[in-house]
Amino acid sequence: MLGSDAHRRNSLNRRRFLSTAAQCSLVGLLTREAWLAAAEETIELPFENGGRPLVQYPQKRALIRITARPPQLETPFSVFNESILTPNDAFFVRYHLAPSPPPPELLSPEKFRVQITGKVDKPLAFSVAELKSQFEPVEIVAVNQCSGNSRGFFQPRVPGGQMGHGAMGNARWRGVRLKDVLQNSGIAKGARQVTFNGLDTPMLPQIPDFIKALNIDLALDGETLLAYEMNGEELPWLNGYPLRLVVPGYFGTYWVKHLHDITVVDEMYDGYWMNPAYRVPDNACACVEPGTTPQKTVPITRLAVRSFITSLADGARLKAGRTVTVNGIAFDGGHGIQQVLFSDDAGRTWRETDLGQDLGKYSFRKWTIPFTPRSAGQLELKVKATNRIGQSQPMEPLWNPAGYMRNVVETVRVLAG
Amino acid sequence: MFSARKISWPTVSFACLTTAVLLYAADFKLTLPPETARLKPAPGAELATAHCLLCHSADYISTQPRLSRAAWKASVEKMRQKYGAPIPADKIEPLLDYLVKNYGQDTAPTKPAKSK
Repeated sequence: MLGSDAHRRNSLNRRRFLSTAAQCSLVGLLTREAWLAAAEETIELPFENGGRPLVQYPQKRALIRITARPPQLETPFSVFNESILTPNDAFFVRYHLAPSPPPPELLSPEKFRVQITGKVDKPLAFSVAELKSQFEPVEIVAVNQCSGNSRGFFQPRVPGGQMGHGAMGNARWRGVRLKDVLQNSGIAKGARQVTFNGLDTPMLPQIPDFIKALNIDLALDGETLLAYEMNGEELPWLNGYPLRLVVPGYFGTYWVKHLHDITVVDEMYDGYWMNPAYRVPDNACACVEPGTTPQKTVPITRLAVRSFITSLADGARLKAGRTVTVNGIAFDGGHGIQQVLFSDDAGRTWRETDLGQDLGKYSFRKWTIPFTPRSAGQLELKVKATNRIGQSQPMEPLWNPAGYMRNVVETVRVLAG
Repeated sequence: MFSARKISWPTVSFACLTTAVLLYAADFKLTLPPETARLKPAPGAELATAHCLLCHSADYISTQPRLSRAAWKASVEKMRQKYGAPIPADKIEPLLDYLVKNYGQDTAPTKPAKSK
């Protein structure tokens, strides 16, 4: 196994084995058809060509497989109604290079080192154990969302990973401050950016390695972490074991996994994954007229405000006259959620929801509201969040050619009867 | 009610036990599950197999929306120019013919890939 808790995992695997065996004795009672159906479980994402298999990967429950190589796995949306922290075994996965993830041999505690190089006084390298013993540990709850989360809903459709809403997750990350590690090496004068490279490498030399860059002030803000734990456990293999960058408020593209090289540079890094990849139109809405090309683009940065109903799915049936509690989540790029409004009439009238426990300005925020369908018929339910600086969500979707940053007010259609 | 061909209880038990053992072994070794998506068998599939599947699985193609020829061309050019895909110039048009005919506009939606 990967880390020091091999024994615990081993016993977990043993339990899983026993439970599989136990479940199988039940399967013996089912028909052959039911058995085959169970073995070929698929899910239909609600857009054209949305059929996807549910596949179980190591340390993961069955997730929606968008692509196999490099792996892109999406969290089934019902998971977001289970808890405000997304369980590690359900957390989404997105790689850019094949072969990925890097083989476990490269990631062992004996082998793995992260190096600090470039425009620093003292280039250094650390094992994860050395990071833990030499720097102050800190924790932060933060949403990691893929830039292209919900791309499958873009109209007109755009090429890329065709995901529903499940390429996001909220976790409690534990690690050390990037700031502390950089300052320990002494940042040279003239430093402008810091670049981050993981151990995933391209299979052809001409394919650009996945390297991302942050401006030096963001790297030194004290919130950007070198994280070795999520939700109280070491990072899963597919989520960056043994060390990943955590950039609270920023899209997942910056959260480099299997992070082994941190380089301080005195220029604006211009590699492929910063330019032309992962860029949005250079305007306030990060959008253009659907189907058109932006004049000028900038690197994608912070999450836009979003909110979802998680307790009801499209097609749910409710009883007219009976009150239910509707709940869901809201989040933004780090100012914190101020208000979540709920509408049961397609956005004509709105009521304010109750916000749940505040786990920090980078976290999912739970909201709840009692709701009584007044009469039978189809209802369009919507939620709209506003953050603490007044940013909200558009009623009509914004469009850009890469299919990034969807944050329209979403709709759930239910039937009261 | 039941299918004509009955599977005996010992067979099912044995299959289940084998599956459980395999799952146990696979998880312990941290191996990835196999790729299952396949390109549609049609004229030109061999081109896509040779020139696309070297670097990514077939579902990178099969899960795309029905793109226009221009959009597929942009994707192929991006793969050649940005990712250095070794696609010879004289193979671009035949490759586009395959992609547009099988995964482009005016084609039927593709069936989901099977997970096992």
